[in-house]
Amino acid sequence: MPQLLAAFGCGLLFGAGLLISGMTQPDKVLGFLDIFGAWDATLAFVMAGAVIVTSVGFALARRRGAPMLATKLQWPTRNDIDAPLLTGAALFGIGWGLVGLCPGPAIVNLASLGLPVIVFVVAMAVGMLGVDLWPQRASARVAASAVSTADG
Amino acid sequence: MHHFTPLSGFLGGALIGLASALLMLLTGRIAGISGIFGGLLPLRAADRGWRFAFMIGLIAAPLLAALGGASLPMPTMPASYVVIAIAGLLVGIGTRMASGCTSGHGVCGTARLSTRSIAATITFMIAAIAVVAVTRHLGGS
Repeated sequence: MPQLLAAFGCGLLFGAGLLISGMTQPDKVLGFLDIFGAWDATLAFVMAGAVIVTSVGFALARRRGAPMLATKLQWPTRNDIDAPLLTGAALFGIGWGLVGLCPGPAIVNLASLGLPVIVFVVAMAVGMLGVDLWPQRASARVAASAVSTADG
Repeated sequence: MHHFTPLSGFLGGALIGLASALLMLLTGRIAGISGIFGGLLPLRAADRGWRFAFMIGLIAAPLLAALGGASLPMPTMPASYVVIAIAGLLVGIGTRMASGCTSGHGVCGTARLSTRSIAATITFMIAAIAVVAVTRHLGGS
């Protein structure tokens, strides 16, 4: 139960951060990506604030050695740069640039019950399931399911 | 058209960072939204409880703000439903293949100085900038 409350609280904080920063507004995100137009550099400041605070928190976590409400710190283990990483990142970037939504803001925007956001999130879930059902990935998944190596 | 808002951007970003830091300090988990969401789907479902709680927290943020008097955000998405569906599909496929998105790679991975995450972040940034350049400046719209 404490873990669930902690996760809820972190989700709430994360959502508040997205709202305050303006990143739940797709047109503001597109304004950052539009470097050849009327560029809005806000997203760079959002990333800077997020990365600075996260790295301090992560340093504290490493020093503690273990989380407060669970048994171990689950750091991502992979550090290789392979084709699925770069292909996936490129596909994600194309989708992100098309409408200005990435997963976090999409979920926060579900609160509006707007049909466009619902369509986006359902399509996102279908895309994820499609990758999992891809034959090569399906066999790899069985091998990898013992240890979760997701980066995020 | 939006205005440049560096202060609220930085403060909001710091809150995102605080949430990511606390999730690791409290539960030992990386705050990667695509990974947390993806773990709720069938086939790869694992530890659904905390993932669900985090998602509810994300959705509760604008609802609580609305209770406090703020207006509920209505995202402006002028694209057609076909384009929105294609974009959602690409975001789902891409984040699953790359095991991360703006939060997992962009924020948490960069904060860990992971070369893998930094490579992913540079790649999706360039792809997104290229798409906006094409749709806004070459497509005649």
